[in-house]
Amino acid sequence: MSYAEAQKKSVLWDWLTTVDHKKIGIMYLAAGAFFFTIGGIMALLMRAQLMFPNSSLIPAQTFNEILTMHGTIMIFLAAMPLLFGFMNYIVPLQIGARDVAFPFLNSLGFWLFLFGGIFVNLSWFLGGAPDAGWTSYVPLASHYSGIGLDFFVLGLQISGLGTLIGGINFLVTIINMRAPGMSMMRMPLFTWNTFVASILILFAFPALTVGYLLLMMDRIFGSNFFVVEMGGNVVIWQHLFWIFGHPEVYILALPAFGIFSEIIPTFSKKRIFGYTAMVFATMLIGFYGFMVWAHHMFTVGLGPVANSVFAIATMAIAVPTGIKIFNWLLTMWGGRIKMTTAMLCAAMFIPTFVMGGVTGVMLAVSAADYQFHDTYFVVAHFHYVIVGATVLGLFGGAFYWWPRMFGYTLNEKLGKAFIILFLIGFHLTFFVQHFLGLYGMPRRVASYLPGQGWDGMNLVSSSGAIFMAAGFLLFIINIFVSMKNKETTGDPWDGRTLEWTIPSPTPEYNFAQTPLVRDYDAFWYEKYQGDGKIKAAEPLGDIHMPNGSILPIIISFGLFVMAFGLVYHTWIVAGAGLLIVFGAMFVRSVKEDHGYHIPVEEITKDKGGK
Amino acid sequence: MKYLWRLLPLSFILLMAGCGQQNLSALDPRGPVAEEQFSLIMLSLYIMIFVMVVVFSIYVFVLIRFRERPGDTHIPKQVHGNRTLEIVWTVIPILLLLALAVPNVMTTFTLADVEPTDDSLEVEVTAHQFWWEFEYPEYGIVAGQDMYIPTNTRININLEASDVIHSFWVPALAGKQDNVPGITNYMWFEAPEEGVYIGKCAELCGEAHWLMDFRVIAVDPDTFDTWASNMAAEDAGEMQEDAGEVAVQGREVFEQSCIQCHAVGDEGGNIGPNLTNFSEREVIAGFLEYDEDNENLRAFIRDSQSVKPGNGMDVAFPEDQISDEEMDALIEYLNGLSVLDEE
Repeated sequence: MSYAEAQKKSVLWDWLTTVDHKKIGIMYLAAGAFFFTIGGIMALLMRAQLMFPNSSLIPAQTFNEILTMHGTIMIFLAAMPLLFGFMNYIVPLQIGARDVAFPFLNSLGFWLFLFGGIFVNLSWFLGGAPDAGWTSYVPLASHYSGIGLDFFVLGLQISGLGTLIGGINFLVTIINMRAPGMSMMRMPLFTWNTFVASILILFAFPALTVGYLLLMMDRIFGSNFFVVEMGGNVVIWQHLFWIFGHPEVYILALPAFGIFSEIIPTFSKKRIFGYTAMVFATMLIGFYGFMVWAHHMFTVGLGPVANSVFAIATMAIAVPTGIKIFNWLLTMWGGRIKMTTAMLCAAMFIPTFVMGGVTGVMLAVSAADYQFHDTYFVVAHFHYVIVGATVLGLFGGAFYWWPRMFGYTLNEKLGKAFIILFLIGFHLTFFVQHFLGLYGMPRRVASYLPGQGWDGMNLVSSSGAIFMAAGFLLFIINIFVSMKNKETTGDPWDGRTLEWTIPSPTPEYNFAQTPLVRDYDAFWYEKYQGDGKIKAAEPLGDIHMPNGSILPIIISFGLFVMAFGLVYHTWIVAGAGLLIVFGAMFVRSVKEDHGYHIPVEEITKDKGGK
Repeated sequence: MKYLWRLLPLSFILLMAGCGQQNLSALDPRGPVAEEQFSLIMLSLYIMIFVMVVVFSIYVFVLIRFRERPGDTHIPKQVHGNRTLEIVWTVIPILLLLALAVPNVMTTFTLADVEPTDDSLEVEVTAHQFWWEFEYPEYGIVAGQDMYIPTNTRININLEASDVIHSFWVPALAGKQDNVPGITNYMWFEAPEEGVYIGKCAELCGEAHWLMDFRVIAVDPDTFDTWASNMAAEDAGEMQEDAGEVAVQGREVFEQSCIQCHAVGDEGGNIGPNLTNFSEREVIAGFLEYDEDNENLRAFIRDSQSVKPGNGMDVAFPEDQISDEEMDALIEYLNGLSVLDEE
């Protein structure tokens, strides 16, 4: 294909076949936002049901399905793809690369995630959604649940494959594609956190895949891994799930920490305090993340030795996390803090996340956890952590990188109103839940009887949810009303890192010339020590680009078809799906594809236009 | 907004004073196990409030002191870091955590010590979708839903499950342990005071999970002995000689429609809860009040699936199976099933 042909594609075909990390990033964000909205509506339904005792708004069975899908969607189909969106778009720009290491795989990862996510959600229309919680403990999930669990276990295997591919791709990209001069210890912290989170994905997702595979075998092929009467063991599922599940918490939190580590220095006009300590704290958190899974299983009966060891290991995580908090505070110390909406997210993150962190230490106290476990205290804790870190990180990242990604700046007034409304709602919803748990309210209850001392706090909690929803609406409105605030400088925040050195809107090839990095905070260094322009590491020339491909969609579709065949035990359909997958892979393997070049005249034209 | 954060720990303590519903709150412990857990909760809470006060003070100071003022365009000094500070905020948290870890390990081992003592009582708790079975091996008794225990006695619990994973939790007496199929778990607790303590299933176990409550009823040791010997007596649940004609008819209905699943005394199946002391239950099916006209009980027997969807009693008894008259007799019989009034 020539450059001219590459330009001629229709908009739809271009997006379906794109292998450009920026477009894939935007598609991750769009799909993630869609699922986030669905998961949020489910949360509202649950809070509506729990607003008053003994409510009959939602039948118990449906409630169990909603609570399962809320967790599943928010973790696998909203938080992770939204973070992947930022990683995809920003990491190559931060390290001065033109794309990720494997653009084709990047596209495949996205489409696998999307098809897997759609597959899980189809269960709503085809016999009922999964109802055993996002943790899907066996034997409830293996032998006491309906067809929804088949959709769950197959859909999440497909989307998990996409996540694993994505994680590997980021690892290779960050190791191999850094611009000249960008040593590991000059990498921006968002890239560092993406790197460590990708390592966690690489090691954690296989454990989940094994768990899902065993569950699928039991459910669809009649094996007995989780059948106690046949010598099966139900606790092994919990081990497999949490060996994945705890690192997953850090897969969600670390990239958000990375986003805050970009926002806070930028708007404090100050270099991050203790860069080396931040890097090592990140690695330590990632390492400890694999050492603590059994703290989700204190009540399963592992014995006092295991419980004590895992309790102490869990407490230890508080240390590197504390290091990060203090380094962020000291970054702001002595700075000039400009309270933009992005910075407001970062500023609100610190107290919210600290509250989630301290309840985390409380939960680590194994003997006390016998009281906390599986109650609303835990629900409050992990929402403080995930909303405090991941969701605020995502919103902060959105306000921060929006001009980079979409070429316009979001409205600051609306943005601040949104954050304040959202946070008031958040604390109203979840703060009282700590007490509900201690007052004896188990989590995952479809309703509750009056006269147990829970009515008032549940009412408060449900009212808060309305504020959160209203806040989120303001954010959506902001996206549309701000479209006219065009951003043309490419560097709206006086940025410090490479992604702000390129013109806005971001050209397809990112960097006309690969940049030469001379220090940490490369752009800031050139602004204050150099002439304000990044040095080039290569002469201007034609730029090689990979061709787009429709094959990722076909491969994902093949797995989608195969999963249908498995759910309905229609082996011929499953076989046909597999045939599509291998057929597409075969085409990919034998078809020569050298990509195309963007001629140098086009590039100088862009530069001139800037 | 910023000042609000400082009020949060305060409101935490104020709310703590509320303590929730008596006999259902982990913050209102009624026995030694729950008390140990409560003191750990409070210890960790105090340490954590200290941490929050430190962090929030620095935080609020920084945000106010170093905010951008109008017209200020200075470029702050680009500080790289400070090794002493890094060491300080590494070491102090480690010390704080040690102060928490040591008592925790001690308590974890204390709570796991389930060696029987001379006067301890063993109770085997089997969880079913969605009810509880309490077996007293020393007495040969099986009871459903209400767990009678003597006060001031160490109760050693063996936890089992017949279908899916459940979790046995009596917040006022002890934290939870899971009932896991294929595995026996152990815990213990003690209740110094007489009383009725509410228990919950804490692990999502299916459709009626939220209604899977039970009661722990602590009575003085003499009353417990009476209860136990009457539950174990050979004539337990048999018709008393002075029983009315209606109750006798009710027993016939019971033998015809209920006994396959529900036992009274040592007669009957064990698919559903044992009903030997049915009239002394705190609630019906874990959640329904006993009303004067027995409307709740009647509705439950007629069509339990509409009252507690998903429960194991998947048969309905419409009027062509149990007539209104027979239903009245059955209820009369059930309401006469007691073991403590017989004295």
